[in-house]
Amino acid sequence: MSTQTGSAWVEGSGSRLAKYNIFKRLNWGRFSVIAVPMLWLAVFFFIPFLVVFKISLSETAIAVPPYTALLDWNLDEAFINLKLNLGNYLFLFEDSFYIDAYLSSIKIAAISTVLTLLIAFPIAYMIARSKPTTRALLLSLVILPFWTSFLLRVYAWMGFLKKNGLINEFLLSTGIIDQPLIMLQTDFAVYVGIVYTYLPFMVLPLYSALEKMDLTLLEAAEDLGSRPATSFFLITVPMAMPGIIAGCMLVFIPAVGEFVIPALLGGSDTLMIGRVLWDEFFLNRDWPMASAVAVVMLIVLVLPIMMIRNSQGKEEAV
Amino acid sequence: MTSTVTIEPQPDSVPAASPQTSKMPLWKQEGAKPFLRIENVTKKFGEFTAVDNISLDIYKNELFCLLGGSGSGKSTLLRMLAGFESPTSGRIIIDGVDMAGIQPWKRPVNMMFQSYALFPHLSVEENVAFGLKREGLDRSEVKQRVAEMLEMVQLGHLGKRKPDQLSGGQRQRVALARSLVKRPKLLLLDEPLGALDKKLREETQFELINIQEELGVTFVVVTHDQEEAMTLASRIGVMNHGVIVQTAEPHDVYEYPNSRFVAEFIGSVNLFEGRVIEDLPDSVRIDSKDAGAVLFVNHGISCAPNQKVHVALRPEKTQISKEKPEGQQNCIKGVIEETAYMGSLSVYRVRLASGMEVRVTQPNTTRDLGARLTWNDEVYLYWDEDSSVVLTS
Repeated sequence: MSTQTGSAWVEGSGSRLAKYNIFKRLNWGRFSVIAVPMLWLAVFFFIPFLVVFKISLSETAIAVPPYTALLDWNLDEAFINLKLNLGNYLFLFEDSFYIDAYLSSIKIAAISTVLTLLIAFPIAYMIARSKPTTRALLLSLVILPFWTSFLLRVYAWMGFLKKNGLINEFLLSTGIIDQPLIMLQTDFAVYVGIVYTYLPFMVLPLYSALEKMDLTLLEAAEDLGSRPATSFFLITVPMAMPGIIAGCMLVFIPAVGEFVIPALLGGSDTLMIGRVLWDEFFLNRDWPMASAVAVVMLIVLVLPIMMIRNSQGKEEAV
Repeated sequence: MTSTVTIEPQPDSVPAASPQTSKMPLWKQEGAKPFLRIENVTKKFGEFTAVDNISLDIYKNELFCLLGGSGSGKSTLLRMLAGFESPTSGRIIIDGVDMAGIQPWKRPVNMMFQSYALFPHLSVEENVAFGLKREGLDRSEVKQRVAEMLEMVQLGHLGKRKPDQLSGGQRQRVALARSLVKRPKLLLLDEPLGALDKKLREETQFELINIQEELGVTFVVVTHDQEEAMTLASRIGVMNHGVIVQTAEPHDVYEYPNSRFVAEFIGSVNLFEGRVIEDLPDSVRIDSKDAGAVLFVNHGISCAPNQKVHVALRPEKTQISKEKPEGQQNCIKGVIEETAYMGSLSVYRVRLASGMEVRVTQPNTTRDLGARLTWNDEVYLYWDEDSSVVLTS
């Protein structure tokens, strides 16, 4: 009896050891593959983030750099003093200005994302259903704006939208309006700018999802009694869902923190967190407050993304 | 997967006969009304004619196979029945209704796609329910009919799975269930067994026949696999270059092919070219240089004197022997060039004096039969006068 249990134990430990070895070896192989991007993320994202987070917990000071140190120590008197200032975060929630800026940024980003999706979907659909030869041409047209500077293109929009700009001139000359429309320095101009700038980021993932789609699925749906419009919502849209999610994220996330477009096209009442951040840093020179604003913005963006990813992962696991 | 049908091992290249029904089939009855009528249908894609003036009647409860190689137009014809293509000219009439201008979603027809085309984002149940929901049936009825249908294809326990969690055979059953659940008058099947492996294919083809007989739905099957067509079909339409070359029961397509194309497409065949030298009402004599002899066939043909014809002879209907047989009208001499022992039968390739190669298969009815003939043996090939067929085209 005792020898039996003994041998069983030896066997068990042996197999455990073997598993452990395989596990270890696999880990090394994997590690060497992902080491470079991991290192990249650590150096250029995680460490800067920690620095920003550190600054957000300090106080402003008239110094270089313009904030107090978290740690100070005196070895002779044998003390280490860690001073964490949560005041910046509390102030964020006390002053409705910041909350309004966050909400307004999210609102503007969300509306622009929906508008971009509505415009990009037909474009992506048309490209995906066109002949392979024309497809390459159309795709390169989508990417073409990237060949000129982003700033230049935003300035070009100012030229279109301003009081004596192209659009107003055209509408006045055709007699559709008799007073020039105020478009520049309104939320409308911000929407135009964001939708225009981020359109390719929506078109490309949508295209790749639609292009992969098996068209016999639509024939099958028709064959089962579904009209083309119904098939679009029941088959095409679900099949494009990975592209829709990817495209919306690619538009929504940078749009929330967008600074240049609201600064150049928006009015003084266009409240966006990117501008608040810029003002705190460069006008108020309040680095700790600006850092706190940035950290909260990151959390606001990352949490919903994590939730979406989580739910997707669960769906795939079922 | 449980199948109630056991499959006998079948000799190579000799397709099994289809199940015979005792009743006289509709297509043999005078004045029977066709369920599906294809009238002078032509389909052109630009300059290319995919389907060339086809007329065909298919009757209720038939399992009709369109058999042909790739590019023969069989799939185009099927897609026109489903409504995905419209004929350039001609009419398609299903159950007395002209289908011209009727959209696919309004036709009393369902199709099982070659790729199955299951909706990957929907579960098995939702896939099968898709068509019923479009009819606006109430939820309890949809649920009941889906459950019944899944039970019939033995997938009741997998209803919650997604298509990518199923095996190829299971996916095929989901596709079948989805296309049958709307109780179509006509079911179109595009290479229904093409994606399955050989063993599964044999099991499934008998199940298809059972389901078809049970539900009484008219099936039109498109396939390039002659064995599949022979086993499944009540009738076969052999297609080539957009034309139906021959429409007949499987037995007749095999035993009485009407052209060289059909004879060669279905099973293997030896073709002797020759000229008609005696043309009597119920027999012909043909002088064949290929065979190096005058061949005698005991059925009449309509042809011009001295016309060039082919005598078609199936390998398994050819006898082979070292001794010269007595009293045989058709007897030619050759040398065995190759033999292959296949267990249930032996295959010989015999070179004739004319240089032509003749394929002969013989069942190994006794144990030592296969070993008796070997390479370089001089042999006589002979066959009965009713074993061969004269082909004029």
